[in-house]
Amino acid sequence: MIGKSMRFWIVRFLTIVGILLGMFFLSKIITDNLDSYYYQILIQCGIFITLAVSLNLINGITGQFSIGHAGFYAVGAYVGASWTLLWQPRFLHSAPFLQMGTTFGDAINLVIALVLGVLAAAMAGFVVGLPSLRLRGDYLAIVTLGFGEVIRIVVLNIDEVGGARGLSGIPTLVSTGGMAVFWVFLLVIAVVVLSKNLLQSVRGLTWLAVREDEIAADAMGVNTTKVKVTAFVIGSAFAGAAGVLYAHFFTGISPDVFDMNTSIVITTMVVLGGTGSVTGAILAATLLTSLPEMLRFLKDYRMVIYSLSLIIMMLTRPQGLFGTKEIGWKSFHRRRRTSAGGSAAA
Amino acid sequence: MLTISNLTVFYGAIQALDSISLEVNQGEIVTMIGANGAGKSTTIRSISGLVRPRSGEIIFEGKPIQELPAHEIVKIGIGQSPEGRRVFANMTVRENLELGAYTRLQKKVEVSSDIEKMFTLFPRLKERERQSAGTLSGGEQQMLAIGRALMTRPRLLLLDEPSLGLAPFLVQSIFQIIRDINRQGVTVLLVEQNANQALRIANRGYVLETGNVVLAESAENLLKNDDVRKAYLGE
Ligand SMILES: Nc1ncnc2c1ncn2[C@@H]1O[C@H](COP(=O)(O)OP(=O)(O)O)[C@@H](O)[C@H]1O
Ligand SMILES: [Mg+2]
Repeated sequence: MIGKSMRFWIVRFLTIVGILLGMFFLSKIITDNLDSYYYQILIQCGIFITLAVSLNLINGITGQFSIGHAGFYAVGAYVGASWTLLWQPRFLHSAPFLQMGTTFGDAINLVIALVLGVLAAAMAGFVVGLPSLRLRGDYLAIVTLGFGEVIRIVVLNIDEVGGARGLSGIPTLVSTGGMAVFWVFLLVIAVVVLSKNLLQSVRGLTWLAVREDEIAADAMGVNTTKVKVTAFVIGSAFAGAAGVLYAHFFTGISPDVFDMNTSIVITTMVVLGGTGSVTGAILAATLLTSLPEMLRFLKDYRMVIYSLSLIIMMLTRPQGLFGTKEIGWKSFHRRRRTSAGGSAAA
Repeated sequence: MLTISNLTVFYGAIQALDSISLEVNQGEIVTMIGANGAGKSTTIRSISGLVRPRSGEIIFEGKPIQELPAHEIVKIGIGQSPEGRRVFANMTVRENLELGAYTRLQKKVEVSSDIEKMFTLFPRLKERERQSAGTLSGGEQQMLAIGRALMTRPRLLLLDEPSLGLAPFLVQSIFQIIRDINRQGVTVLLVEQNANQALRIANRGYVLETGNVVLAESAENLLKNDDVRKAYLGE
């Protein structure tokens, strides 16, 4: 007989393999059939969904206010690109499994770039987050805003990474074998599943408590600084991963890709989606990424209409498209939450 | 059980407590009374680690705790219902109670039975179990705040003005509940403006005025004290 927990793990393992295979074939089909223009928009959407959902962990679920997410996106992009463009060729160009240009070698190099980019962004998140999150109030907004600019200016002044010109000719690791959609989907699923699981868990309850009332959370024994720093570091790490994928899909990065404007766009996506709602962040990221493209036929009026539609959305739904609601698993989420104490109420 | 000596607290340049000392013994109900701004809440906040004293000592069960962060204070057995209740308004009543026990939520049976105990103590909360806390009446929110504090399984319970803003009949039942909680073995430090009621259930009382302890007596004697009667009992 196979034990119950054994069966659970087998089922879980098969599910993951199934999802990966499904994504692999889906991404093949999309890559083979989608016009390259729409293909780019799709990738861009995936990257911004990751950015918005990861910022939602910080601004939405734990109720902090970071407005420099592009800074961590930049750290990931530059560190990841530095690996493939600068470090790997310099130090490990003849290592057997690290040859770029083969499907396997590219995948390995991408994973290494991801690990480095994620670690760097997470560390940056820790360094920025720890001192500013210990304090209550608006310090975080000011510090993150400053951080975004500092990163941009630092990059601007390092010749190694191209200064104002940026880096170009980054090997397009993600696209080898039409895998770009696969990698981006993988990242989106990772950040969404993490957010969902969190919201259903005990830990998520404490994160929400910090948003609701930090003093009361403190008084219940929640280590509020730890919660805030954890959320901030995880959010930053995902922004870093998004940066790595961006660099290796578009093959060129420059400081202006990660300017304050980008930070504001990501923050807008979270607010527009309904602060705290994962579904809302996904929808708003998709909308705000594709809308400027869909409005191209308006030519010069494009950005005017874009801004106007933003203003109208904010005015008609100040709580965001979704408020704090979720699509799909809300009922499940409630049931799970309230059952933490057992069935005594039934 | 709890000994505070020479506790001095500042908020920036404002002095809130001027070297106060007080003591709470195991099994007691001790009350702190005093006018608005006397420093009652500041004392509670210092014990629970929400403000850092400038000087002085807070000893709980033999160990100094004035340096500990708030979340550690809860773990060593001091629970509180803070001033103004501060329930998690967008969470359900049950979730609020669960948060009180969040460090041991994995022990489902235990937590579940503790929540049932809270429902026995506060039947009104049982009816509102799945309602969000923000929709409760003031009295129900106060019960929830006390219940949530009890879910941390405190040996010492700090209550900051639990009767504030409640209808008279509810005030009665809140004080009755505090007495019941105490009988079940929880030591209580009770801050109140409603001096009359507080002194009736307390063993001892401290009177605070502008950051100083001006009287420390048995509750019985304070109730008889002329100055106290004039200043705090409205006679
Ligand atoms: N957060 C704060 N910032 C500055 N001053 C404060 C703060 N909280 C309380 N005070 C001041 O400290 C003194 C004591 O306040 P408090 O402890 O709240 O009194 P009580 O609870 O007895 O009404 C008052 O003078 C009050 O104005
Ligand atoms: Mg007070």
